[in-house]
Amino acid sequence: MIPDLDRRDRLSLTWRDPPGWWGFLTTVDHKRIAARYIVTALLLLFLAGLLALDMRWQLSWAENDRMGPQLYNESFSLHGSTMLFLVSVPAMEAMALWLVPLMLGQRNMAFPRLGAFSYWLYLGGVLTLWVAHALDVTPDLGWFEYPPLSGPNYAPGHRADIWAQMITFTEVAALCASVNVAATILKMRPPGMTLARMPVFLWAMLVASLMTILSMPAIMLVTSMLIADRLVSTHFFAPAANGDVLLFQHLFWFFGHPEVYIIFIPATGFVSSIVETFARRRLFGHHVLVLAILAIGCLAFGLWVHHMFAVGLPRLGNDFYTAASMAIAVPAGLQIFCWIATMATGRTWLATPMLWVLGFVATFVLGGLSGVMTASAALDLQLTDSYFVVAHFHYVLVGGAMFPLFGAFCYWYPKATGRMMSERWGRVAFALIVGGFNLGFAPMHLLGLMGMPRRVYTYPAGMGWEGLNQIATLGSAIAVAGGLVFVANALLSYWRGAPAGADPWGASTLEWAGESPSPPWNLAYTPVVDSLTPLWDSPVLRVMDGVAIERREVIVTSVVDAAPLYRQKSAAPSIWPVVAALAVTAMFLGSIFTPWAIAAGALPIAAALTGWFWPQRGRATTGPLRVRS
Amino acid sequence: MSVVAPRDVQVVGDLSGLPASASGVRHLVWWGNIGFMLIEGTGFALAAAAYLYLMTQQAPAWPPPGARPPDLSWGLVFTLGLLLSELPNLWVRRRALAKDARGVRVGVAAMAVLGLLLLIPRGYELAHLNTRWDSDAYGSVVWMLMVLHTSHVVTDWGDTAVQAAWLFTHEIGDDQFADVEDNANYWTFVVLTWLPIGAIVYGLARLW
Amino acid sequence: MPTAGLLLAGCAGPQSALDPGGDQAHALFSLFGLMLWVSGAIYAVVLAGLGWALWRAWRRRGTDARRDATLVGGVDARLDRTLPVVAGAIVLGLTVLITGSFFADRALFATRAAPALEVRVTGHQWWWRVQYRDRVSDGWIETANELHLPQGVTVRLVLNSADVIHSFWVPNVAGKLDMVPGRTNRLDVTARRPGWYRGQCAEFCGTQHAHMAFAVKVEPPAAFRAWLAAQAAPAAPAEGRGAAAFQATCAACHAIRGAGAAGRAGPDLTHVAARRTLAAGALTMTRGNLQGWIAQPKAIKPGTSMPAIPLTPADADAVATYLATLR
Ligand code: HEA
Ligand code: HEA
Ligand code: HEC
Ligand code: CUA
Ligand SMILES: [Cu+2]
Repeated sequence: MIPDLDRRDRLSLTWRDPPGWWGFLTTVDHKRIAARYIVTALLLLFLAGLLALDMRWQLSWAENDRMGPQLYNESFSLHGSTMLFLVSVPAMEAMALWLVPLMLGQRNMAFPRLGAFSYWLYLGGVLTLWVAHALDVTPDLGWFEYPPLSGPNYAPGHRADIWAQMITFTEVAALCASVNVAATILKMRPPGMTLARMPVFLWAMLVASLMTILSMPAIMLVTSMLIADRLVSTHFFAPAANGDVLLFQHLFWFFGHPEVYIIFIPATGFVSSIVETFARRRLFGHHVLVLAILAIGCLAFGLWVHHMFAVGLPRLGNDFYTAASMAIAVPAGLQIFCWIATMATGRTWLATPMLWVLGFVATFVLGGLSGVMTASAALDLQLTDSYFVVAHFHYVLVGGAMFPLFGAFCYWYPKATGRMMSERWGRVAFALIVGGFNLGFAPMHLLGLMGMPRRVYTYPAGMGWEGLNQIATLGSAIAVAGGLVFVANALLSYWRGAPAGADPWGASTLEWAGESPSPPWNLAYTPVVDSLTPLWDSPVLRVMDGVAIERREVIVTSVVDAAPLYRQKSAAPSIWPVVAALAVTAMFLGSIFTPWAIAAGALPIAAALTGWFWPQRGRATTGPLRVRS
Repeated sequence: MSVVAPRDVQVVGDLSGLPASASGVRHLVWWGNIGFMLIEGTGFALAAAAYLYLMTQQAPAWPPPGARPPDLSWGLVFTLGLLLSELPNLWVRRRALAKDARGVRVGVAAMAVLGLLLLIPRGYELAHLNTRWDSDAYGSVVWMLMVLHTSHVVTDWGDTAVQAAWLFTHEIGDDQFADVEDNANYWTFVVLTWLPIGAIVYGLARLW
Repeated sequence: MPTAGLLLAGCAGPQSALDPGGDQAHALFSLFGLMLWVSGAIYAVVLAGLGWALWRAWRRRGTDARRDATLVGGVDARLDRTLPVVAGAIVLGLTVLITGSFFADRALFATRAAPALEVRVTGHQWWWRVQYRDRVSDGWIETANELHLPQGVTVRLVLNSADVIHSFWVPNVAGKLDMVPGRTNRLDVTARRPGWYRGQCAEFCGTQHAHMAFAVKVEPPAAFRAWLAAQAAPAAPAEGRGAAAFQATCAACHAIRGAGAAGRAGPDLTHVAARRTLAAGALTMTRGNLQGWIAQPKAIKPGTSMPAIPLTPADADAVATYLATLR
């Protein structure tokens, strides 16, 4: 039996957005929101990539004066802040927002309006940083702004405030998205999808969300302290008044280290999905992969000091932090082993998404190994703040997170658009990006060992750094050219690609059960799951009926064994998320200039939230006010 | 194995018999609430850690020479009031679980009044911290903890007041009982977080 | 690790961790060699595994890979048994690395008694104040942007900052250590190979972080003592037009011992012409560069806190001439 047309029409009526601009502003469709997130993040990836090329050009010759120090400092600050706060983390959240309900066979996220709010607030952060850049108030102190350099005495003007508030924006957005994702995964799994039958992808997103919840408060706290030091003369980081500059670093890295795994863990989710599909066999070591993700998630909170080996902390702790940091190699290595074993024992088919996985393994492992080197408290004294570290983190960020993201993009593209991307151009883009990237960043290891510090806008001739820098520039340019091919392929395929059908890759998980692209209501019925690979186990999809069609409703199940509990009303389109995001934006921006903005801005926020949460029900007919109605 | 059409389905059950609402841990919103409490709880814990860090790292004495610890009296009044407010709060929660419309109306209104009353001793507490946020790092971190907690008292009070207004003017459904329950849980969170924060602000400045 | 040394022999240089000229740098270089070998082996194994997987995929290319979905059998049981082996191998590799790191760490901090020589280095935006403990007067002998180290002697560097965080790094001699406002860090270094090296600030410290370098000279103890004695001596009494102009315009910020200038905002210039570089490594020390710097400090080092002083050309010339005599 296939879902009949009448049912589809009624569902469409219930779940459609209002037409036009109003629909654009009010939508709570997780797919539309996620698409916005991804497009915004890709655009920023491109812009920040251009900044990177500009920096590479500057560094290609000793004493190059194409860029002055101010412009260069702004460039790497904007590049790093954008890449981490506005590209990587949001892109991973977007993938969760888009895929989690699909993979659960649900019609929407747990808190649809919160999802919309996350995006609008994220957009507020994007605009804060980039409009400020257009107005020449660009932050210029790197992606982490250590005081006292960022404090009131050494950073006059508002550059540092813009940075700190941009963080607040994106972190509130990320926290909202994480609560949403975690609640959805925990409470809205389809009947039968017990924790033991949950795909690795969902585990990855769950753990990344929980890590976000437990780590991001640290950076919100510390940037607020920085703003307070700058705005209302507190002395958290002022040694002259008993403050301590290292407090900032501790709190920053308590967030900053988990942050990189918040980026990496979702990527391992993508890789797991892709490997399973293209090896055409169930993932080898499912439980090992899940435990590895959990282990990385837990360990990540005990390592922040490895970013501070050179600040002169008591040496007693060093051995502990070294061992704890290196210990991540155990779960990471086991993950790599499980994926390779799956490929080797399956019937692996090298379509583009799978190529990206190969590129990921070959590149990420190098980055992981250089990470292990920097994890040595002793050796790090030579490596930290040099180009060796720049090489390490690009290998893990680009190789370990961007390559899987590009793979995931190619893999789920047919689901999102209903069309296939060109395989041929996909291969070209792959070769250019992976080849160019490795050509560009491998020499940086050597540059760092040869003494080149990071964040220098120029260097003298005769240091032996010029040739290696030129190779690095060449490689980066090739990679960015590959990026353009990649984007062109995605754009052209949107109109010209071969129709994909529901499940072009013959995959195992529920997001492929429905049509592509997914209609606003996703699946016509609630699927029932009894294995890790539901689509492989039987040609028909076992489902349950009974979730409302005439009104927006989702099914809520129990946390461990996903037993159906009740039917939950799901929010309809609403303007309040945008309004609330605007009110919050006004407050955040105002607070750059005066602390009173916090008091004044609280009122519109309260009004917006009241509008948001004001339940739509009839006036009282019972109780004390009866006479009035 | 490429599949062009969506999967055929086989209906094996029906969910329409399930209830349309729930309360407590079964309820979806309860989990969202827990998520936000976890975020704020982490924030509190880290702020407390910052206090301990500054206390042990830098200062020659704690509080630094010249500053007196915060006066105890208003702190005690606030703490006592806060603890006592937990009794009606728990009662409201029980009324919500029992789906007693009259009970939650009265209870939530009473909690709104209580919240407002508690802001009075809180105001006096702030006036008797015996330090300013801009005098030194000790003052900064004490004020940070107090402002952090006060902002929670204020927001939850606002929430309660709006909820009371709504409850008195509208028909109350199951979802609203769940909302009242969540709001009561949140107040419990505000009460519980004060205990360590208060102990730090008032205790450590005396004991260290 | 001699082979690793050979491999990287092309990377010698005045500022290279791969060309150690001191005990600490040497310990770290050996540790790096160990890491490189272990990591190289691991990477080879991973690539071999990947190659093996691809080879199997290629071998099966004839079969319709897109037909049967699940393929699980006795293979998984066998793979399951290899899991502990893999985990064990990783742990073994890590044990080697952690142990190596542990011993290197001990070696870095092995100095027992109080070292013979104490040198205070203070980071400023964007230059280095260098002070040697004067055993005779128990005061400090001050210079800037140049560090001399006696060969084979362990020197204790006392690191502070006057403004923001900087990081002291001479890769050929030792790893880096930050200079943190409000804290004092101590770094023991034992230089072995005589010669000139270069150090550079490694922590981003604002506009001119890139031009915060210094010259390091490792020399036999006797030569070192002679140098220090020369540094301790005051400059010749000031006379002439240059000295007068200096006294009028520059002495507020710069000290010239013996000539009555005692400013503290900028580097001590008592023996400035004896240094190898100018303005924290931005220029080499020549009379021409001195004059250029005085005329246009912000053109050479945009953002530097030394202002451009409006001197008449004749005065500027005289000041430069005067400074060039301060050897
Ligand atoms: C996606 C992001 C990501 C990931 C996954 C990682 C992974 C790791 N990182 Fe990295 N890191 C960053 C992003 C990331 N990092 C960033 C952005 C910075 C710089 C911030 C800044 O200063 O700007 C940084 C900086 C950084 C530092 C500080 C350097 C410094 O400033 O001096 C350290 C130090 O310990 C470190 C260590 C590690 C380790 C041990 C891992 C491990 O997780 C790696 C584990 C993986 C492997 C080891 C490979 C696979 C394993 C095997 C094949 C098994 C066999 C292996 C062995 C036996 C060794 N990282
Ligand atoms: C995910 C994060 C990320 C990514 C993808 C990149 C990508 C690149 N980075 Fe980035 N980088 C950082 C994060 C990242 N970086 C961070 C955190 C810092 C530290 C900042 C600081 O010190 O504060 C840094 C610093 C940094 C420096 C050091 C600056 C300094 O210390 O002085 C350099 C120098 O070469 C550099 C270069 C590059 C280059 C050439 C690329 C790329 O160009 C590599 C190749 C390109 C790709 C793999 C992408 C291809 C895809 C596209 C181009 C898509 C196009 C899209 C559209 C058209 C819509 N980066
Ligand atoms: C406002 C303070 C100030 C004044 C006035 C000033 N300088 Fe400077 N000077 C500095 C600072 C600060 C530096 C370090 C700059 C740097 O390296 O970024 C410096 C550096 C120098 C150096 C390089 C020292 C070295 O060790 O490399 C010389 C030479 C010098 N100044 C000469 C002069 C002369 C000559 C005058 C007067 C005409 C003068 N300065 C006036 C602050 C000042
Ligand atoms: Cu001093 Cu960088
Ligand atoms: Cu880290």
